[in-house]
Amino acid sequence: MAHMNLLVAATILAYALASGCYVAAMISKKAGIGRLGRWLLFAGVVVHAAGFAVRHSAAEGLPVTSLHESLSFFAWCLVLLFLLLDLRFRLSVMGAFAAPAALVLMIFSLLSPDVVVPVNPVLRTWLFPIHITFAFLGNAAFALSFGAGVMYLVQDRMLRSKRFNRLYQMLPSIDILDRVNYTCLSIGFPLMTVGIISGAVWANIAWGSYWSWDPKETWALVTWFLYAGLLHGRLTIGWRGRRAAVFSIIAFAFLLFTFIGVSLLFDGYHSFDAFTLLSQLSW
Amino acid sequence: MNIVVVGLSHKTAPVEVREKIAFKAELMEAHLRRLLSLPAVAEGMIVSTCNRVELYAVSRTPQQAGEQLQQFLATSHGFVLSELQEHIYCHVGAQAVRHVLRVCASLDSMVVGEPQILGQIKSAYSDAGEFGSAGLILNRFMHKAFSVAKRVRTETAIASNAVSVSFAAVELARKIFDSLEGKTVMLVGAGEMCELAAKHFVRYGVTKVLVTNRTYSRAEKLAESFGGTAVNFDNFREQLHRVDILLSSTGSPDYVISAADLKAACKLRRYKPMFLIDIAVPRDVDPAANKLDSVYLYDVDDLQGIVQSNLKERQKEALKAEEIIAGEVDQFLNWMTSLTVKPTIVALRRQLEDIRSKELEKTLGNLGALEPRQRKALEAMSRAMINKILHHPTSVLKQTGDEDRACYIDAVQQLFNLSPEAVPADDQPDDDS
Repeated sequence: MAHMNLLVAATILAYALASGCYVAAMISKKAGIGRLGRWLLFAGVVVHAAGFAVRHSAAEGLPVTSLHESLSFFAWCLVLLFLLLDLRFRLSVMGAFAAPAALVLMIFSLLSPDVVVPVNPVLRTWLFPIHITFAFLGNAAFALSFGAGVMYLVQDRMLRSKRFNRLYQMLPSIDILDRVNYTCLSIGFPLMTVGIISGAVWANIAWGSYWSWDPKETWALVTWFLYAGLLHGRLTIGWRGRRAAVFSIIAFAFLLFTFIGVSLLFDGYHSFDAFTLLSQLSW
Repeated sequence: MNIVVVGLSHKTAPVEVREKIAFKAELMEAHLRRLLSLPAVAEGMIVSTCNRVELYAVSRTPQQAGEQLQQFLATSHGFVLSELQEHIYCHVGAQAVRHVLRVCASLDSMVVGEPQILGQIKSAYSDAGEFGSAGLILNRFMHKAFSVAKRVRTETAIASNAVSVSFAAVELARKIFDSLEGKTVMLVGAGEMCELAAKHFVRYGVTKVLVTNRTYSRAEKLAESFGGTAVNFDNFREQLHRVDILLSSTGSPDYVISAADLKAACKLRRYKPMFLIDIAVPRDVDPAANKLDSVYLYDVDDLQGIVQSNLKERQKEALKAEEIIAGEVDQFLNWMTSLTVKPTIVALRRQLEDIRSKELEKTLGNLGALEPRQRKALEAMSRAMINKILHHPTSVLKQTGDEDRACYIDAVQQLFNLSPEAVPADDQPDDDS
């Protein structure tokens, strides 16, 4: 499928160029290069979506059944959400985080075996794409909240220690970074919630049980509670700033483990031994 | 033609001298008229600010012009030249061009990168334009200087960071709150620096100003000048939670605001960030407050430190600016030297000759086989046309007087899109005749 590879190559090229632009814009402080990066990233996300469409028609279903496809789909979610966030907050600095992250995900995706796993027709219900899409978009939102949290801590540290380096000028105000952190959290949490619930309903259809304490399920629940706690702290106790940033970083570490670690370390129906064709699906 | 600069600045003359040499703005017309009446000066303008007094002139005989300008500077203010000689500098040619470009780009300012000087020179130039003392060369020169100044500002970070304590505070606030719109500032005690900073904050969108002072009437007076509210000193701490930015400069020997006060305020304002600027010595705010999660506390040394490092940063950027200016000086001098008759005529001839030979070739190609005699006739005719066309313009260019010559040359160059090769300055016999 030469045209498909071509789309993948174009996507990676666009993400790579966008990463270069964002980093260059950060170093040279020229806004024009950042805008170019935004357009390249936009082009990348469109081409990437086209790639999924082609694959979708080939696989007859949302093509997220192997690690290869998962990473690629996650990269797409990340870029899409970043571009939406960028519309609101004009965060070209964050582009220097989001674009390279998407690029790295795409490269890892290429390195993992590309197999189209035949999905058992019993499992191929309308809930499958919903479960996958919501869970991935939620993860992408949390990844961006992690990025904003890291930037917050860096900026906060400089303001507090009164020692400034080049980053000080480039990073937005801590007020903006805190708002981005919160926005991502408030987008990510409902997405993740729908992802988990739809997964449970789907599991009931497929296996006749809503919840079976599969490692992925357990860890996802732990992560969900962490984010629920953070959201609660923000809304009722007035957590914000440094505390919220640290919390969102810790929660993301759990999320990362749930997303990748669990699938690689444990057996279960979310594991990525999909390429052995034994298991029918993965996250 | 040459650019000549004569003047004195904060670098060469103390304020006692500068204030006596300043040209009064109301009398500018008369000054400019007298400047133009100097025999060696063709065009001129006068820049007079509190940090520098400078005369810019265009002259055919720069040496004489320099001397006359120095005399003019001294006698205009009742001095004898010898009294001022040690303070006055006189630049000619490349040096003069470079000097003016550096001044406009604020490289020669007391605070490198400060923007006022450009505005002052612009208004001096508009006076010169109004009273007719600027001509082709000065016009082109000043436009060059303004565009170079703009280039320096956009291509280097020479003016990007605050170099005053009060403005450094505003910049910090914008890294904490992003927008100052709708924020509340509280002034504790009255100090000049606090007032200045508060004015900056108000200009950047702060809407609410609270003022407190041990003497309530002073607080009231100051509050009035900001359209703010006076707060009783005994219970101003109860208002702390409403304050986003606090400026403190009391004469108190002890801390006026404790970390515990701020901790309580933070809780009440649900940990929204607070920015405290403590300009007082001894300090007013317990330094332990900086450890609170949502409090950013800066004392006067912190702000001075920022200003110092920004100044160093500007010095570095100034080096980049010097490079930009060096290139622009060359460019402008090239244009000046191209304003001579001979190279212009040569370029004009070359241009028409190019057209002639190309068109002739085309025509000959279309006509097919011709006898050598016919061919020669066509060539002779086209050549004669060029000569006839060029005859009158050439003689006009050669015969115009000194004042108008540059204008004519420039017009010819623009009309025919010529870029004559620059001729070294000592190789322009027909220009000095």
